[in-house]
Amino acid sequence: MNSAALIIAEVVPLVTPETTFDVPANVVFAVQAVVMIFAAIRVVTTKNIVHAALWLVVVLGGVGLNYILLQAEFVAVTQFLVYLGAVIVLFLFGVMLTRAPLGVSDDLDNNQKKIGIGVGVALLAVLSYALIESFGRSELTFAAYEGVAGPNTNGRTQAVSDAIFGQYLIPFEMLSLLLLAALIGAIVLARRD
Amino acid sequence: MLLNQFLLLSAILFTIGVYGVIVRKNGVLVLMSIELVLNAVNINLIVFSTYWGIAGQVFALFTIAIAAAEVGVGLAIVLLIYRNQRSVDIDELDEMKG
Repeated sequence: MNSAALIIAEVVPLVTPETTFDVPANVVFAVQAVVMIFAAIRVVTTKNIVHAALWLVVVLGGVGLNYILLQAEFVAVTQFLVYLGAVIVLFLFGVMLTRAPLGVSDDLDNNQKKIGIGVGVALLAVLSYALIESFGRSELTFAAYEGVAGPNTNGRTQAVSDAIFGQYLIPFEMLSLLLLAALIGAIVLARRD
Repeated sequence: MLLNQFLLLSAILFTIGVYGVIVRKNGVLVLMSIELVLNAVNINLIVFSTYWGIAGQVFALFTIAIAAAEVGVGLAIVLLIYRNQRSVDIDELDEMKG
C-alpha cells in the first residue's frame, strides 16, 4: 500500500509535467500587450521622427518578451541583438542622413488618414473574426517542445540548431547569399559617384 | 495561456503597421511601419511553433535576417531618393504618373 503510493508519487509528476506559470505569464502578457499596442500607435502617429524610432524600440522589445513567454529563448535573444542593436541604429542613421526634421514636424503624414483608419479597422475586424472563429479558446500546449526540453538544459536551442543545420541547411546557406547580395546592393546604391 | 491572445496581439500590431504604411509620407517612417508588420508575422510563427514543431522558430530566424537585409537595402534606396530629390517625401515621387 505504502510502496504503491510512493510509486504513484514518483511516477505522476513525470507523466504530467506541471506548467503552472500561467497566471504570472498572463499578467506579464497583459501588461506588455497594453504597452506594446500603445507604443505601436505612437510609432505611426507621433510627430517627431526620432521619437518614432524610440517607440519602435519598445515594440520590438515587447515582441522579444513575447518570444520568452512562448519559451523560444534563442529567437528572443536574436530579436534583442538584431532589432534593438542593429536595426534601430540603422533607422537612426537613416533619419540623420536624410536630414529629417528633428523636432516636432507636421509634415510627416499625408491626407489619407480616413482611408488608413478605414482599412485598418476593416482588416482588424476580418482578422479577429477569422482568428476567433477558427481558434476560439484553445489553449497553448507547448506540445512541440515536449521531449526536446529536458530540465536544466537548453534542449530547445539544441533542437533549433539541429533543424537549421539539418533539415533547413540549404535555405540557411541561401540566406547567407541573400545577406551578401543585400550588403553589396546597399553599398552600390548608396555609393557616391 | 490562450493561443488567441498572442494571435490577436499580432493582428493588432499588423493592422497598426498597415495604417502606418498608408498614412506616413516620410520614407524612413514607412520602413518603420513595415518593421511592425514583419514583427507581427514573427509572433505568429513562434506561436504556431509551440503547436506544430520547431520549424516555426527556424522560419522566424530567417524572417529576422531577411528583415535586417530589407532595412539595409530600403534605407539605401531612401538615401538615394533623398540625394536625387532633396526630400524623402513618398507622395512627391509621382514621375511615373502619365
